[in-house]
Amino acid sequence: MTLTTPIGRSAASASARQPVLEIRNLSVDYGYDDRAVHALSDVSLTLHAGEVLGLAGESGCGKSTLAYAATRLLPPPGVITGGEVLFTSSRDGHGGDLLTMSDAELRAQRWRDTAIVFQGSMNSLNPVYKIGKQLMDGITAHSPRGFREQARLRALELLEMVGIPNDRLGSYPHQLSGGMRQRVMVAMALALEPEVVIMDEPTTALDVVMQRQILEQIMRLKNELGFSVIFITHDVSLLLELADRIAIMYAGKIVEDAGADEVYRMPRHPYTAGLLHSFPPLHGPRRELGGIPGSPPDLMKLPSGCNFHPRCPHTLEACSVLEPKLGPTEGAEPTRSVACLLHDPAVNPGPVPVELGVRPPSKETA
Amino acid sequence: MSLVHNRKVLAGMILLGFFVVIAIIGPWIAPYDPSMVGPDSLQAPSPAHWVGTTNTGQDILSQLIVGTRGVMVVGLIAGILATTISVIVGVTSGFLGGLGDEVLSLLTNVFLVVPALPLLIIIVGVMPSAGGLTIAVVIALTGWAWGARVLRAQTLSLRKRDFVEAARANGEPMWRIIFFEIMPNLTAIIASGFIGTVVFAILSEVTLAFIGVTSISTWNWGTMLFWAQSSQSLVQGAWWWFVPAGLCIAAVGTSLTLINFGIDEFVNPRLRNTAANAGLLRRKKIRARIGFTPVYRGFTSTRKGEDA
Amino acid sequence: MKFLLRRLGFYVFTGWAAVTLNFFIARLLPGDPVQSLINKYQGRLSTDASDSLRVLFGLNTHTTVWQDYLTYWGNLFHGDLGVSFAYFPTPVSAVLAQSLPWTLTLGGLCTILGFALGTLAGVGLGWRRGTWLDSLLPVANFFSAIPYFWLGLIAIALFGVALPIFPTSGGYDGGLLPSFSLEFIGSVLYHAALPALTIVLASVAGWILGMRNMMVTVSSEDYVTVAQAKGLPERRVMFGYAARNAVLPSISGFALSLGFIVGGTLVTEIVFSYPGIGYVLFQAVGSKDYSLMQGVFLIVTLAVLVANMAADFAYVLLDPRTQQEG
Repeated sequence: MTLTTPIGRSAASASARQPVLEIRNLSVDYGYDDRAVHALSDVSLTLHAGEVLGLAGESGCGKSTLAYAATRLLPPPGVITGGEVLFTSSRDGHGGDLLTMSDAELRAQRWRDTAIVFQGSMNSLNPVYKIGKQLMDGITAHSPRGFREQARLRALELLEMVGIPNDRLGSYPHQLSGGMRQRVMVAMALALEPEVVIMDEPTTALDVVMQRQILEQIMRLKNELGFSVIFITHDVSLLLELADRIAIMYAGKIVEDAGADEVYRMPRHPYTAGLLHSFPPLHGPRRELGGIPGSPPDLMKLPSGCNFHPRCPHTLEACSVLEPKLGPTEGAEPTRSVACLLHDPAVNPGPVPVELGVRPPSKETA
Repeated sequence: MSLVHNRKVLAGMILLGFFVVIAIIGPWIAPYDPSMVGPDSLQAPSPAHWVGTTNTGQDILSQLIVGTRGVMVVGLIAGILATTISVIVGVTSGFLGGLGDEVLSLLTNVFLVVPALPLLIIIVGVMPSAGGLTIAVVIALTGWAWGARVLRAQTLSLRKRDFVEAARANGEPMWRIIFFEIMPNLTAIIASGFIGTVVFAILSEVTLAFIGVTSISTWNWGTMLFWAQSSQSLVQGAWWWFVPAGLCIAAVGTSLTLINFGIDEFVNPRLRNTAANAGLLRRKKIRARIGFTPVYRGFTSTRKGEDA
Repeated sequence: MKFLLRRLGFYVFTGWAAVTLNFFIARLLPGDPVQSLINKYQGRLSTDASDSLRVLFGLNTHTTVWQDYLTYWGNLFHGDLGVSFAYFPTPVSAVLAQSLPWTLTLGGLCTILGFALGTLAGVGLGWRRGTWLDSLLPVANFFSAIPYFWLGLIAIALFGVALPIFPTSGGYDGGLLPSFSLEFIGSVLYHAALPALTIVLASVAGWILGMRNMMVTVSSEDYVTVAQAKGLPERRVMFGYAARNAVLPSISGFALSLGFIVGGTLVTEIVFSYPGIGYVLFQAVGSKDYSLMQGVFLIVTLAVLVANMAADFAYVLLDPRTQQEG
């Protein structure tokens, strides 16, 4: 997947492990009555300062739902039915639970603490406002009065930062190409130098060359400005290059949460293993392309027990009865968690299948 | 959610049904001959005359009942005619493209912009005698344009859709594509347009009668109001002469608009969701807003895997 | 720019079509009623006047249709629309010139007022859903189905007779002479109150419902969510992002509404004996004054075309995507 220069991950030192955004036990429904779909059940995730956290999964697994619910931007008929979302600034420690904040508090912290880079489709930008105005109004909304001129200068700065010529400040969205629009979305999100930037499939609609350019730009900006990123995508291979940590989601739950390297070389969950075998590696020995038989379940008719067990090659009897919770792996590795009964000694007395088990570290080479 | 289960549609259809029944059986159930003059001039509602009498002693209730048929029939005929024209012009224009489309669009736009009522008045005015059918035809000729424009826009967008391309690639002849691929998708809009045109027809017809342009030999709610107005019943405070007729017009119009609303909600899922959830949200005090997802912790439905 | 030019061309064409339509409808009229009217006024009609009437109604046996058509256009450009029978011997153009300002002010102001109020209310109703305001919708629905003239009758009954607050007929107090004095203007406003109330109430419902539905649709567009994500104040998002986009179809749909509102205004004038074009039309119908009826049609159509042009202009100003076409 890499071309000549890898995008490169940040040199996130161990000291920058302070959690910035903690999502605890988040549950989200679509619908308000008994027929509501439980899109997320008890999902927990932690984003640390300065890290890039990848959120991956198939369409409909709930990754976008997670991001939007955490920032309370989920459109109707979404409703949050439980949990906490704690933001703690790594700069000065301010913050709180986004789910209990008042409207005014939420509005005040938006864009300053957390910002979202939306997919830069035609629809994400107001068609009747110039780009400059849309860049500026986010700035002036959080600044004292009379800030217009500085906002304009800042907007020009932002355009330069993402490589768009200055004269585009007076253009309308329909006058820009797809790549430019996406870059405007990136610039807009970084306007107030937020600490958490959530990127929702920022390059999905673009061609490969444009993809690479924009991703390189984003990573460069991240290293300069030092924000944390939640990167949502269905393309796991992209995350393997970009992310420090990867969380894999399946049918509304997180099934694996580990460092990017760990996920790539030593997947612990059968679904992750299946995913990784679904695309060919560009270097290394040739491997047979697998896939995962079956298709993701309908969220309104989830299977009993583990959501993945009908498609899993390693099911136990218990898998159709008990629901696995995100917990330690078989080898109790400190930086990883997995939601699989195979790693639960109480349920699975036997060994974990070889491809999902702990391998001696000496066998691993870079 | 089926169309008929929508509360608005149901209410509209019941109300409309009531008037349709009256239109059919009207002349038989009217207590008096509406044109028959009598001695009790300008009487308020009484046991003998439930809605009172005109200044020439005619029973107003009978006029209302008998007049229903005239109004509904003209509305229905005008609606059918106008919808037929609009379907033919709109779908053809949208499907053909090119010069044919330009010409038909021009025609449509001209009829759209020219104000209907003055045109109706001069056309009806030059006719020696304007009976119900003639009025219906003339109204249809002035009111088809709006439906045609909507249908053209929809046909244009449908034409580009994949299933039409697939049909064409399969070699399906054009007429088959129009009738079996495109038309079924237009049903809701055609129905909505039909209802809108009927409302327009009824209001136009009643207005024409009120101005005195149409023939006064058949009974019609508008004619009733014409007589009410010209005999200065207002100043004398005879509210029973003009209030009921107007209420009937408004009732029929409202019932049709309600049905149209229901169709709108059926077709546009965003409107449908808004309506369906309103009561539920109010009860639970959840405010569903864009940009501020509500947090409601009171759901008791069991979640899969949750410990009790 | 190109968009505007195309629209201008269209309106010119429509104007021509309306005039031509007018011309041919007049010829449909069976000749006898008109001929007898001309005969009746024979002695008092100038030759010019009776000539133009003959051209208008196709009574000339020795000219072709095409020649009559050309003469008709010629007459139009001279402002000659024939002689009115209802207001004999005043020429039609004079009758129209006198009554047009009344209709323009009443109808024009009320249309703008109705549009402004209705659109604003629609914005509010469409943005905040699930409140008690939603129950206003069936009411608006009901009002949109009421014929203008009936609403006028009710207004008279309630505020003119039962509670005699406002006058129920005329454009101004009969005892006053038209001038720009404060007293006259005051009287004009006083007399315009009920007709204006009628027109605004009858037309506002349509704007409310249309705008509300568009707000509901636009609110679920991505850019509104983005605006909320930016933490912009509520009013900014509602007006700047949602309403600003939702209003566009209302403006482009202005054409359709306008025809209907014009008709309603005319009829309201009849109910209130308001000295505008509507009332003139009513008199014309009553005395079978065909040339006046057609004069009214022409002038009303012209006014509607101009208003549409203004709406198109506003649309181009408001939607930057139209300028792309150029």
